[in-house]
Amino acid sequence: MQDLVHQIIIGLSIGATYALIALGYTMVYGVLRLINFAHGEVYMAGAVVGWYLAHAVVRFHLPPWLGLVIVFGGAMIACAILGFLIEFLAYRPLRNSPRLVVLITAIGVSLLLQNLAQINGVFGPTPRSFPNLLEVRTVFTFHVGHTAEPVPITNLDILSLALSVLLMVVMTWIVLKTKVGLALRAVSHRVDTAALMGVNTDRTISWTFMFGSALAAVAGVLDAIRYDVRPLMGLMPGLKAFIAAVLGGIGSIPGALVGALLLGLVETLTKYYLPPGYTEYADGIAFVVLILILLFKPSGLLGRATREKV
Amino acid sequence: MTTSAAPTPSSSASHVVRPRLPIWVINLTITLLIVALFPLDRLLERFMDEYYLRVVILIGLNIILATSLNLINGITGQFSLGHAGFMAVGAYVTGAALHHYNPAGVAGQAMLLAMLVLGGIVAAIAGLAIGIPTLRLRGDYLAIATLGFGEIIYTLINATDQIGPFEIGGASGLHGIPIVTNFFWTFAWVVVCVVCVWRLAYSTKGLAFRAVREDEIAAAAMGVDTTFFKVAAFVIGAFFAGVAGGLLATYDGNLAPESFRFTRSIEIVVMVVLGGSGSITGSILAAVVLTFAPEVLRTFADWRMVIYSLALIGTMLLRPAGLLGSREIWWAKRRQGPAKAMA
Repeated sequence: MQDLVHQIIIGLSIGATYALIALGYTMVYGVLRLINFAHGEVYMAGAVVGWYLAHAVVRFHLPPWLGLVIVFGGAMIACAILGFLIEFLAYRPLRNSPRLVVLITAIGVSLLLQNLAQINGVFGPTPRSFPNLLEVRTVFTFHVGHTAEPVPITNLDILSLALSVLLMVVMTWIVLKTKVGLALRAVSHRVDTAALMGVNTDRTISWTFMFGSALAAVAGVLDAIRYDVRPLMGLMPGLKAFIAAVLGGIGSIPGALVGALLLGLVETLTKYYLPPGYTEYADGIAFVVLILILLFKPSGLLGRATREKV
Repeated sequence: MTTSAAPTPSSSASHVVRPRLPIWVINLTITLLIVALFPLDRLLERFMDEYYLRVVILIGLNIILATSLNLINGITGQFSLGHAGFMAVGAYVTGAALHHYNPAGVAGQAMLLAMLVLGGIVAAIAGLAIGIPTLRLRGDYLAIATLGFGEIIYTLINATDQIGPFEIGGASGLHGIPIVTNFFWTFAWVVVCVVCVWRLAYSTKGLAFRAVREDEIAAAAMGVDTTFFKVAAFVIGAFFAGVAGGLLATYDGNLAPESFRFTRSIEIVVMVVLGGSGSITGSILAAVVLTFAPEVLRTFADWRMVIYSLALIGTMLLRPAGLLGSREIWWAKRRQGPAKAMA
């Protein structure tokens, strides 16, 4: 039982990182109807920038709280700029092209970022561990029922859940209460009508990319602390976050949150409940979820179904 | 309004070129071409540098992969990102079978041929299994679903060590497959694959494939069984991907599950798109160029993949329809003229 509770906490913690990435996917899909394949690489870029900043912080012996602020803040700003540049240079010229052309371009951008990071002067192909900025330790434990072993909660679990929840609240506030958010919702409802109503669609799309990329950067730094930094680290979380977005209903912001937390739980629990020797099969569970959701409810859990007009 | 799945909407009626030659002449030419590969194989083996021969064979494999994916992506307009999965199925069927039992001499060659076909058939069954449920999806949703299927196939292979008496190798890969594929086998299959796809694409039936690409609803209204043609494209494309996988397995002698992930699928998609979706000669051209380019770019060491991806982005920005569009290489540009005006 205490194991199960522990697994659920791990699942939520992983799901929270997926949610941060999935928000970027879902918002970009909302405004551009584009699967931004390069989003996983923005997450990787966040981890790389965070890695460099963390090294600088360690060198100057800054206090840990200031270090974390600098690392997370710096990675967010750098990735927001990166997201803006990707959209401006690669996607904007193709605004009126067929969607598949933009999709291939997105794949190209993703390849470009992966290979740039693999160059030795930039980051190098070998995985590197994150500087010891945050000492991961168990902060408190609690008992479930009448069991002997307590459930441990680490400070990283708390940090990642707290940061994710905070950023999601901020993002929801931006989308629902600010002018940029209003424009974003208008553009994702219908681009041309929004433009007719005086919304600067290009600027709104840029904002969308910047918000999404900043959130992905946070996820990147969190995973860098949890695991390590490597140029190809964006592939799998990118895909899984996209699956989470589809699961929740692509284009829907609450859907991305629900889908991501659900996917994190499903993955962790499958791994936990599979008999030993079969745990490797759990890696594919996200894709099984994807296929099932696409077959039985392509609009996702919270998405709105679109009827095709002939 | 429906958005067309194909990146290059174009009128297809003017594109149908019926073969003017009698059918037996064509068949004889193809047979002679395959037979002529045999002495060529001996010559190349003797006089060609081993490294270049390897590049040539890899080009052959990529031609098969790109042409067969073109049937699915370019000609039928069903954007698939799971080609590496089909390839993996064929590679592992052929590889595991020959790893298990490999007779010498002529029997070995016959066994290779039989196992390549078997690998292709199993891959085609996988294509059927994937094609039928994903038919309801279109555009990028289909792309993601096929990508998911490809990753599931990878996970299964990666986590399985043994199926019955056959060794699969699991995550550490399958090693020690007999190396029996050579220039002859590769290019014999290139000829078969290109001829098959060509005859399918430019036949009366082929019009139906392209009708599905241009507008599914209109095609269905004209009496085209869209389901059948979509599944047919998946099955035939998967068959040749499986054969290419089998050839790769018996050429390299090693199989690593990692090499069949979606990055490989993307590589093949890039060939199809860069050559021009729907253009068979375009796929061949792109397969040659894109296999050769990383080798030529080796002088740039670390930067070669960066240059490669920049070239991909550049092509998409400047020539979104690919190098050849949906034309074949020898079709004059003006043929496209009236079609463009209509579109």
